[in-house]
Parts: sequence; structure tokens; C-alpha cells
Amino acid sequence: MSERFIYFDHAATTPVRPEVLEAMLPYFDKKYGNASSIYSIARESRAAVDEAREMVANAIGAKSDEIYFTSGGTEADNWAIKGIARGSADKGKHIITTSIEHHAVLHTCQYLEKEGFDVTYLPVDEKGLISPAQVEEAIREDTILISVMFANNEIGTIQPIEEIGEIAKRHGIVFHTDAVQAVGNIHIDVKKLGVDLLSMSAHKFYGPKGVGALYIRKGTKLASYIHGGAQERGKRASTENVPGIVGMGRAIEIATQNMDSYNKKLLELREMTIDKVLATIPYTRLNGDRDKRLPGNVNFSFEFIEGESLLLLLDMAGIGASSGSACTSGSLDPSHVLLAIGLPHGIAHGSLRLTFGKDNTREDVEYLLEVLPGIVERLRRMSPLYERVKNREE
Amino acid sequence: MYSEKVMDHFMHPRNVGEIENADGIGEVGNAKCGDIMKVYLTIEDDIIVDVKFKTFGCAAAIATSSMATELVKGKHIDEALTITNKAVAQALDGLPPIKMHCSALAEQAIKAAIEDYLQKSND
Repeated sequence: MSERFIYFDHAATTPVRPEVLEAMLPYFDKKYGNASSIYSIARESRAAVDEAREMVANAIGAKSDEIYFTSGGTEADNWAIKGIARGSADKGKHIITTSIEHHAVLHTCQYLEKEGFDVTYLPVDEKGLISPAQVEEAIREDTILISVMFANNEIGTIQPIEEIGEIAKRHGIVFHTDAVQAVGNIHIDVKKLGVDLLSMSAHKFYGPKGVGALYIRKGTKLASYIHGGAQERGKRASTENVPGIVGMGRAIEIATQNMDSYNKKLLELREMTIDKVLATIPYTRLNGDRDKRLPGNVNFSFEFIEGESLLLLLDMAGIGASSGSACTSGSLDPSHVLLAIGLPHGIAHGSLRLTFGKDNTREDVEYLLEVLPGIVERLRRMSPLYERVKNREE
Repeated sequence: MYSEKVMDHFMHPRNVGEIENADGIGEVGNAKCGDIMKVYLTIEDDIIVDVKFKTFGCAAAIATSSMATELVKGKHIDEALTITNKAVAQALDGLPPIKMHCSALAEQAIKAAIEDYLQKSND
């Protein structure tokens, strides 16, 4: 077992940064008041929640009364989609989304299909992109919602959200984007983008787990999600997760301040990794678009090997990463995103996702580049698929 | 998630490789499912004197391949044919339930290699 541990899985989650933790701590034991009560410590909680709401709103160009705190990105996605479906059932039952959404969107849409909704899952090209024209063509009389993810969690592809927003607006259809991977990591301005609903999650930008938010553009008719109290303007009941909300506010504020400097570094690490890996490891492909991609995301497929084996050997070398192989997804199929961009099953099983973060260094990446070729070769030497190719070459 | 034995056989797999002019070769699985195992046998007087394997798959697939080849080495083919996937999994101190199909692959690959040998010797 290696002594060092290098974390390259920031798309899965990020550590809470010290300033965020510090901001949260008083709200667990000292300032524990229920934000709905009237005495002094309760008013402090209320003020802290209001302040955090303002910070989240500022980060995405929204007004603070358009931000609704949730338990995370998954809840925000569920609320956006089910909320529109329930609130607009008289207008129609058609939803447009894509085949590479996070399961929080896909499974919610599949659930609605069972209830009689009709869902179009737009295919993506080999880079994982959808075109605005595809969206426009899919629009019907009874379309009530377009939901397209901002940036993909596996291959990092960034979609043409602004153009899709224009189309949605022109047709008067509500537009939702799952921006869980994007918020806090790349610049977002909801006014410019023309989105009506946007999901976000704090633990993707060095905030705590268990808290997220849904941006709801003023005037968007969305059914309430959790009943039982007046919290979140009566739309999402439940006593506010004050420490979590405070943490999210502080985290997004710091993330916004540092975004450009972080991204400069992440981009450098990303490009260095892509160039070196493609140059040194044969039978390797980069998944996703080279340019329209999150600054910290890299996703490769190494032919003839399987992802879980790769992850375990990387872990032994002290590197934490992830894969879209079946064995890591808990099902028999590899990632739906990798299949959607046209990878054959065998190649999709051999994928590796590395997502860099603010604390990663050039040295970390150099260490990866030092150990990765040997690990891939070691597994390939064990693989009957590689043997066939080698025999053909000889 | 994995037992120490599984990790040992994954990190240090026994009998990896190929045998030139093997007496029996068995290949099972497919890339679609993410598991392929290929077994090579050298057989003398119906005794498995040497065995090698190559596997494309997860840690459980590699570890079960390694263990299965250890279990059949030196055995009479009749005895090797009786080795079940459960025996392979047990020898590894168990597998997570979702990975049990990997041990079935090892059993099938050994059987396929012995059948290949039997067919060749009948020709």
C-alpha cells in the first residue's frame, strides 16, 4: 500500500474547505436556533440563511428570492422535473431531455413515463454534444419542459445551454439545466443563459454534502415539492439545514472569487494529462470533446482492460479515481454516457475518469503519468484481447 | 469489499500467460459483459501438468481465474471437472454477491479447456 494519497475524483465530491467548515461550526451547537422561531438565536439563523441565499444568487446572476435550498443536486433535479410535470399537466405531457443526463434526471423522467408522460431522450454525437437544432426539432405542441445538463459528470462535455435557452424561450417552454458539475466551477449567469430552473450541489465546490439548491426564475410555475411547513416560501418544507446552507453560501462565494485562477491551473493539468497519456499509452482514446469540456475533467478509454482492475491498481499506487465500467456502476452494463457516445461495450468497460481539483499539483499529475502506463500494461499483459492484437501485429 | 485472498490473487495472479501448443484451450465470456477468460492446459495421461490463463475483467475475474488454475493444477481431468464455482469462491474466502458470476466464468473456462482436450484426443 502506498503512503501517499492523491485525490483525482473531484467530480464525485470535494473536501469541505477549512473556511467553509469554520463558518458552519457555530450553527451546530452555539447558534442552533430554528430559523422560523422569533428569539435572538433563531433570528441569527434566519439572517445566516438569508445571507447564504444572497451569496448563491450572486454567484449565478439570480435574485435571492429565486434560490430555493434543497438537500442536494438530486433533489433539485427531481423537484424541477416533477414540479413542472405536476404543475403543467394541463398544458401537455411531453418532456425533452438527453441520453447522457445524470440518473437524477434520467430516472425521474423514466418514473414520469410510467405515469403517462412522454419523454424524448436526444442522442448525442461522438463527443457527447447535442445541437440546439436537435432540441428545436424535438419540440411538439405538448412539450412542457426541456432539461439539458450543463456539463456532463463523466466526460465533462459542456452543452450549448445559451442557444438552447433561446429556443426554449422562443417556444415558451420551461428550460431546466442540471448544473451540478458546473456551478462553482465555471462562470454561470442565468439571465444570459435564459434558463428557468437550474440545479446545484454544494459538495461539488468544496461545500458540505447534503445541501444544494434549485434556482427558480421568477414567474416559473412549479409545484411545491415537500409539504409541511412555510420554509422556502412554502415550496419546500422542512426545518432549514442551517449549517449546510451557511456552508454552501460561503463555499460558492470563495469558489467564485477563485474561479479564474483555479481554472487556469486545472486547464494546465488537464492538457498535460491528455497530451502525455495519448502520446505514451497506445490503444487509448479521449472521451468527450477536447475543448468544450470542464477544466478539471479527463476521461480515457484504454482498450483491452477493465476499469475496476485499473482503479484498484491505481488505489494501490495511492491514486483515487473513477471509471464507467459495469463493475463500478453496480450493474452489468457500462456507463450509459459512454455507450451514448458510441463506444462499444468492451471499450466502455475500460474507462478512467480523472477529475482534478484546486489542491492537485503538477507533481501529482507527474506521479500519475509515471505509474499509469505500467498499470495499463500490466493489465494488458493479462488480457486475452491484447494477446490477439499483439499476435496480429507480429 | 474484497477479501484479502481475492486482493492477493488480483495483485499477484498465479499462472498468468499462454502455453504454446497447449493440449486444451478454453475461452469463455465476452467483451460486452466485461469479462473474458482464456485457459491453456498441458495434459499428460489425463493429468493437468501445467495451466496458464489470460483474463480481461475486474479484480474478481482475475482473482477467480488465478485461484481456479491453482485448484486444477496437478489434478486428474475428472477431478478438475468437478470443481465448482462455489469451490473457487470459497477458496478465495468468498466474493461479493454481485461478483459471483465471475467465479462461474472461471469454472466454465476450465471445463471448456478440458472439453477441447477431450475432443482433440478423440480426433
